Amino acid sequence: MAKRQKVLVLYLKLPSLEGEVISWATFDGTGKKLHMTGDSDEPPYPTGLDALLDGWRLFQASQAIPEHPGQEFRTSYLKHEFFFEKLEEGDF
Amino acid sequence: MAKLLTTEQMAEFANSGCLFFDELIDEQTNKEFLDDIGHTEIDEVDSVQDYYRNIKATSSIPRIPAGTKLKDAYPKGSPLEKIFSHEVVDGAIKSLVGSNTIIDHQFLHITFPTKYFKQANQRQMSQQNHQDSTIDPRSTFDVQLFYFPTEVTKAMGGTRYHPGTHLRIVNEFGIAKYQNILGQKSIVCKPGTIGIFHSGLWHGAGVNISENIRYMFKVRLQPTEKQELLWDPEKKYQPLPNRALYWTDESKDKTINDILMRSYPWQEADTNRLDKINVVKFWRLLTGHKKMDVDYWLTRIENELY
Repeated sequence: MAKRQKVLVLYLKLPSLEGEVISWATFDGTGKKLHMTGDSDEPPYPTGLDALLDGWRLFQASQAIPEHPGQEFRTSYLKHEFFFEKLEEGDF
Repeated sequence: MAKLLTTEQMAEFANSGCLFFDELIDEQTNKEFLDDIGHTEIDEVDSVQDYYRNIKATSSIPRIPAGTKLKDAYPKGSPLEKIFSHEVVDGAIKSLVGSNTIIDHQFLHITFPTKYFKQANQRQMSQQNHQDSTIDPRSTFDVQLFYFPTEVTKAMGGTRYHPGTHLRIVNEFGIAKYQNILGQKSIVCKPGTIGIFHSGLWHGAGVNISENIRYMFKVRLQPTEKQELLWDPEKKYQPLPNRALYWTDESKDKTINDILMRSYPWQEADTNRLDKINVVKFWRLLTGHKKMDVDYWLTRIENELY
């Protein structure tokens, strides 16, 4: 049996896993489903914590970086990024 | 006679980064545009390259050097000249980028349906989210005008966009990793619809799973003058006085400030406040009222006593 990785990326309203999901992306290494931009309007989980409760393992979270002096009001990329994974066994 | 935007429409643009005019262009002009580009059924399209080559060879859409004045760009009587002369289109352009706007670039975006990808044995994917066309920290802004000559159904994908993202400074496809963003919208519209985006608005082409070809003609326009009260040459706009915050009076009517302060579901709890501050700063530039504020966001932190 081979193992393949599924990756779920959640962007939350807060820097805490309790925060609501505001953006999401899924990459399925099993090849069972091809995800793409704009393919769903409803988030897969209400919060980051709900993803943990469903068995997703957190492996990376964004750091809190203080705003550069003079750039305090500049807004840019979504801030609170969390990477999760699930490993799936099967004949791929 | 150009029909300039209203202050409400300008506030909507300042807050959301976009405006739409449904079914604005008449059926005859839409037909002339489609005839001019040689619109055909997907069964008759052998390759994307040949289809574009044919349109470029036969249509009246001219090659326009970057920096050309819009008023000199399109042949008299051509479908595009008629579209840009429409009083509402003309008025919106004059309101946002002035009377002497110049063309950055134009392009006819064509999104092919599933049948084409099956024939060509290619993977059909939507276009990722991006911001045109490179990192742009200016206060000056450009607009992108979109023209949809045919109906765009949900199955045809439509241009995906994210209202309220236009003031976030990012670098083009640096936002491609966000597959889905809460509150995302797609332009599903009737023929002849015109959309106008602030050049910073996040967007991307949706996947077309219909049977039909989807067209979107785009022109990016740059101002050559300060974008201050262009929609209000008599300078009638005056900022509203402060109002109560948090412990509010719900009996009051909605105002321009409510349009300016609208939130979006994709905004983080913390950064949402900065998004509001940036809308106020943008509104200061658009109105020329350099000290104006909405809901005390800037007054509070400009009260520096040391």
